[in-house]
Amino acid sequence: MIINHPLLGSRDSSEFVYLGDASLIDRPDWQAEHAAEAFYDYAYLRDNPAGEHRELWFHEGGDRSWLVVTRNTVTHEISKVELARDVARAQGRSK
Amino acid sequence: MRYSGFKVIKEALTGHKGWKPVWRDPEPKPHYDIVIIGGGGHGLATAHYLAKIYGHRNIAVIEKGWIGGGNVGRNTTIVRSNYLLDGNEPFYEFSLKLWEGLEQDVNYNAMVSQRGIINLIHSDAQRDAFTRRGNAMILNGADAELLDAEQVRKEYPFLNFNDARFPIKGGLAQRRGGTVRHDAVAWGYARSADGFGADIIQNCEVTGFRIEDGKCLGVETSKGFIGAGKVGCAVAGNSGRLMGMAGMRLPIESHVLQAFVSEGLKPVLPGVITFGAGHFYVSQSDKGGLVFGGDLDGYNSYAQRGNLPVVEDVCEGGMALMPMIGRARLLRMWGGIMDMSMDGSPIIDRTDIDGLYFNGGWCYGGFKATPASGHCFAHLLARDEPHPTATAYRFDRFRTGRMIDEKGMGNQPNLH
Ligand SMILES: Cc1cc2nc3c(=O)[nH]c(=O)nc-3n(C[C@H](O)[C@H](O)[C@H](O)COP(=O)(O)OP(=O)(O)OC[C@H]3O[C@@H](n4cnc5c(N)ncnc54)[C@H](O)[C@@H]3O)c2cc1C
Repeated sequence: MIINHPLLGSRDSSEFVYLGDASLIDRPDWQAEHAAEAFYDYAYLRDNPAGEHRELWFHEGGDRSWLVVTRNTVTHEISKVELARDVARAQGRSK
Repeated sequence: MRYSGFKVIKEALTGHKGWKPVWRDPEPKPHYDIVIIGGGGHGLATAHYLAKIYGHRNIAVIEKGWIGGGNVGRNTTIVRSNYLLDGNEPFYEFSLKLWEGLEQDVNYNAMVSQRGIINLIHSDAQRDAFTRRGNAMILNGADAELLDAEQVRKEYPFLNFNDARFPIKGGLAQRRGGTVRHDAVAWGYARSADGFGADIIQNCEVTGFRIEDGKCLGVETSKGFIGAGKVGCAVAGNSGRLMGMAGMRLPIESHVLQAFVSEGLKPVLPGVITFGAGHFYVSQSDKGGLVFGGDLDGYNSYAQRGNLPVVEDVCEGGMALMPMIGRARLLRMWGGIMDMSMDGSPIIDRTDIDGLYFNGGWCYGGFKATPASGHCFAHLLARDEPHPTATAYRFDRFRTGRMIDEKGMGNQPNLH
């Protein structure tokens, strides 16, 4: 698989380390009332779709940026690559 | 029809005209006591034990393709019970004992071959860890033997003992481990279950569940609605997809694992060797091909094929361990979809939906579990309580922190 890195262009997927579902960006608030339940959900449960999947890849053998890759889990086709930083900011994760 | 040596001779003398189809090809009935989804090893074994041990006859196995087309026909056929943790080892040893009696139990030749398995050791720390594991195995009634480098050399003189990074310093052997002809396991269990009256319905895909007031009443399929008193799901890599139809999210990700076979060679490998440090393991099939594999590709996948970086990685592992493998040609390779759980261990449990039961999360090691998984799932379906060897395989262990994490990797399925 070739991952089209937003900053570095086409890179072989073997330069990357895979983490998993991009929902891992949405870390729950540890002080919220139902935090334990929210963390159980966050840490262990997955949608695991057959089809389009947004997922986190780390460019370990490159610029060490985190990417959100949209990839089809049935065909392995990659349709979109974003910097995880941009995705997280757009979701209001940090300033 | 019973199979025997006598029957083979009789058929040979009469032109092989008396062999019959090994199982029927029935249309689904409107209602069964128990419906099992998934005609892989686990689903078919469940049907066999439900019938034979728990006396259920009005049951069906529903398979979307043909039986044996999933992981049961794609794995590298290794069976063993060399686990460390309490939740696992009694279950896998129960399974190995069932393998030892399988062919008589189902009256089918599954080529169960206890040719032994050796996990290689490269360092003092690893020897300590394997010594502990061996002791845990022995405490649970399994067999284990610690070998030094010379003992390994006697059995496998051609291995690369002086590799600069991973010199071979010994091994943990389980002599009762080995290989089993995987397709024959599916066929043998199918034939036995069919003989007890279970319907094996192929080319019938489950497309949904009928759930009313928190109770599962049956399944919607490509051949119409099939009612059921209880429904058991055993669809391995498709677990997430199937349980999603019942509104459930699972502690499971689907990943692809590849396997490889070389051209046929004269006998060279007497048993199974695992080179964990190099992400490589190998055995030799009775046809002569070297059967080998390594790690997961590492990303979520429902494609039954992998990518080239892992092919390279596995072949490098092979070259590092037994350089002569480079002289053999690679004949075939394929992939299967693994139901990778969050702690690397399986689930055999009820769900929150009445009448709906789940069996999955087998990761890359569910073939060896086939007999015990079938037996324990049948027990759960028949009695509504877990089998004594499978009490730890609960859904709620992730919520309560009772993980069974053999590798100590945490909630990252692609690392188990
Ligand atoms: C390359 C590879 C190597 C492996 N090596 C080993 C090994 O050496 N030792 C070991 O112990 N394990 C090994 N495994 C793991 C082992 O094969 C699996 O854990 C085990 O086979 C899974 O259980 P099963 O046989 O029931 O799965 P499957 O055979 O996959 O059965 C599941 C069935 O469910 C069906 N299904 C799915 N969705 C539906 C639906 N909606 N409706 C109806 N039917 C459906 C599928 O078509 C499939 O036939 C390996 C796996 C792979 C891929």
